[in-house]
Amino acid sequence: MLFTTYEFMGFLAVLFLAYYLFPKKCQWPLLLAASYFFYFIAGADYLIYIMVTTLTVYFAARRIEKNADRQAAYLKEHKAELTKEEKKVYKESQKRIRLRWLVSCLLLNLGILAVVKYTNFFISNVNGILTSLGRTEQISFLSLALPMGISFYTFQAVGYLVDVYRGTVPAERNPFRFALFVGFFPQLIQGPISRFGDLSKTLYERHGFDAKTLCWGLQRVLWGYFKKMVIADRILAGVLTIVGDADAYGGAYVLAGMLLYTVQLYADFTGGIDITIGIAQALGIKVEENFNLPYFSRSLKEYWRRWHISMCSWFRDYIFYPISISRPMQRFTKFSKRRFGEKVGRRLPMYLSSFTVWLATGVWHGASWNFIVWGLGNWAILMASEELEPLYERFHHRFGAQGRLYGVFQMFRTFLLVCCLNLFDCYSSLGETFKAFGSLFTVGNWNVLWDGSLMQLGLTMLDYGILAAGTALMLGVSLLHRTGSVRERIGRRAYPLRFAIWYGLFLAVLLMGAYGIGYDASQFIYNQF
Amino acid sequence: MMRQNGRARALIKFAVSAAVALGGLFLLQRLLVPKYVDGIVEGAFIAEYYKEEKDFDVIFVGDCEVYENFSPVVLWQEYGINSYIRGSAEQYIWQSYYILEDTLRYETPDVAIFNIQSLQFAKSQNEAYNRMTLEGMRWSSSKVNGILASMKPEEKFLDYVFPILRYHSRWSELTASDLQYMFDTERVSHNGYYMRVDIRPAKNVPEGRILGDYSFSENAWKYLDMMREFCQEKGVRLILIKAPSLYPYWYPQWEEQVEEYAGKHGLTYINFLELTEETGIDYDTDTYDAGLHMNLSGAEKLARYMGRYLREEVGLADRRGEERLQEIWKEKIAAYEAEKEEQYIKYGMKEETGQ
Repeated sequence: MLFTTYEFMGFLAVLFLAYYLFPKKCQWPLLLAASYFFYFIAGADYLIYIMVTTLTVYFAARRIEKNADRQAAYLKEHKAELTKEEKKVYKESQKRIRLRWLVSCLLLNLGILAVVKYTNFFISNVNGILTSLGRTEQISFLSLALPMGISFYTFQAVGYLVDVYRGTVPAERNPFRFALFVGFFPQLIQGPISRFGDLSKTLYERHGFDAKTLCWGLQRVLWGYFKKMVIADRILAGVLTIVGDADAYGGAYVLAGMLLYTVQLYADFTGGIDITIGIAQALGIKVEENFNLPYFSRSLKEYWRRWHISMCSWFRDYIFYPISISRPMQRFTKFSKRRFGEKVGRRLPMYLSSFTVWLATGVWHGASWNFIVWGLGNWAILMASEELEPLYERFHHRFGAQGRLYGVFQMFRTFLLVCCLNLFDCYSSLGETFKAFGSLFTVGNWNVLWDGSLMQLGLTMLDYGILAAGTALMLGVSLLHRTGSVRERIGRRAYPLRFAIWYGLFLAVLLMGAYGIGYDASQFIYNQF
Repeated sequence: MMRQNGRARALIKFAVSAAVALGGLFLLQRLLVPKYVDGIVEGAFIAEYYKEEKDFDVIFVGDCEVYENFSPVVLWQEYGINSYIRGSAEQYIWQSYYILEDTLRYETPDVAIFNIQSLQFAKSQNEAYNRMTLEGMRWSSSKVNGILASMKPEEKFLDYVFPILRYHSRWSELTASDLQYMFDTERVSHNGYYMRVDIRPAKNVPEGRILGDYSFSENAWKYLDMMREFCQEKGVRLILIKAPSLYPYWYPQWEEQVEEYAGKHGLTYINFLELTEETGIDYDTDTYDAGLHMNLSGAEKLARYMGRYLREEVGLADRRGEERLQEIWKEKIAAYEAEKEEQYIKYGMKEETGQ
């Protein structure tokens, strides 16, 4: 059930009605039922996966917390009898038990994710190696269906488990409430990856009906639909044409394709998140923001603080930090300082941790070498920027490059960099990606940008007009958003104007949305992750 | 008191907003739905029936092989038979069934004539044809069932309920006609008959390609059974016909199945392909598209044959003496003659026909 289908809208309407008509104590169980129904519709077979994750993480978290409680109680009870050394030994032994629960649960759940998502990727690589060795035997691919949102809910559940292990959140006692946290339906399509500490504050609360809250949420949903259906889905045809044939569409076409794709990805992903956050808002639930105007970033580093915030912070908190402070890394730090000196020795471990994070980020995005190289490409650029920072500083100081215009240049540069990196996401193989990128410099067909060739990509002049207007609106709203909530500003206007704005937006989606016969309802791009 | 006033104001605000929003959507929907008044007019035929005074002796149902091949005006003028054609482009058998069911909600004709060409289809082939047939029907259980029986996998029922969802992107193709005919359209047919006076002789008619299986589908038979039983239940005589269209090719194997069915159930079956001498159909002069459909001349010839049959074999009465019908037909005949004139001029045939 895609967000853009009538079925989903009908499902939402019934849910909203029931949510506010039923007694408030039924609200979270209703959401759980709705979430499982949503998941069931997506594929009954998938239910087993989310249930296994929910149950194993729930029990592991409970065991970990119980162990921690028992440890605290034991230490309190035997405070006077135990020596410091005995306490330390006891704590270590208990920590090992908790760690065993944590690691086995992580292995199980990340193992499920790895098997369903990466087995065929692994097989294709083994087959490639066999072929290159001149062997004719090939391993057959497995028909494994990828459960909807598995990367998102697995990461969300794993994050919770680690938080419980660290003692930063208490373990949820009610398995059904925990099941809702893992399976909360608006997040299943493409995240964000919520933290238990954040989401649980409002997820289980009782919410009275408030017309303003409902309207507020629905306005956000509508804006999400605008981005998704008017912009992202309309661009799709053009992007598919260009990336579908790297030989025929090289040079300037690649430039057009990567610009179109970057707009599509932004409209699609942020649109989807707007719908998710809007639905939650309409239900009185707060889901954390996942974007902060990423294309206004002046560097790639800043971009990754503003784009897919929940994923980036997840990798930072659950991979980067733990690796950075792990014992092997500390040993490596000592070793590298000894071997390469203080300056380099201090940086090498950070680069290694960062490398691991970006490798994991690439792998998380998809089972293909394109994503792995994309992740490592990001890492390489980020590390190079880090190394060249003093040079930049000197340059800025020398030429006084700090004004607003230079800021715009930095934003544009970062945007182009992101567009180039996005090419890995567009093409089906590394060979095609590099060929397409190379053609930017070798195929001198810039005339296609103005000789009407762009009209042969499955997009008409009208499509380009709508896209230009829609993108301009998106950009305008983003610019306004830098100085405060746009919805709040609209909310302060006179009622007729407010009505006209939201009704106009509704009509824009209704009339210009790419849906129905003649359009393929396309999945959200991040759904595949 | 103040609180009550505030609540009343909020209620009024809500009511006005809802009215504006819904009114706007209604107007937009009326603007965006195709009007079928120029170019492809076939989509307008089904709806035109509801404007009629419903007292017909004969109802034709079927696809283009009925709405282009029989002239109700001739049936009236020469035999006093009051008839109407409820047909549209590629109207599938299940659609014909539900349209007949819909018709019989308003009246009970003596005879229902069904053209069996659509038996060849097991399921709907084209969404556009579904639309042209079903959108014109008034809402009833027949329409709902007709939609459900016709929808292709990519179609949604909701799109039929709110056609704006289907035609939302038509705003870029709007013409002056869409504004002019937002709420009502002019008649484009003559009791469901689509007139063409031009001539394109049938030459080099292609043979039908060999099929793997010549059996009609279970679904097609199911609806023919339903139609037969429904007519029996309502006391309407069902006559099966095959219009003399040369293609799509009518296979002998198909013919055998229909003959067997008609024989088994005691139904009259008239295959006009075998009656060219009796009807006088001349494929050099009586078709406007090389044998696919009849032109006016062909449609009038077929109507004459059909009228004779209905009078002599079925025993339908001559109703030309009924004053009310005379009045109605006077107007219709005038429109028929006017369009004839218009088309003769349009196709440069006025002198040739000597009209």
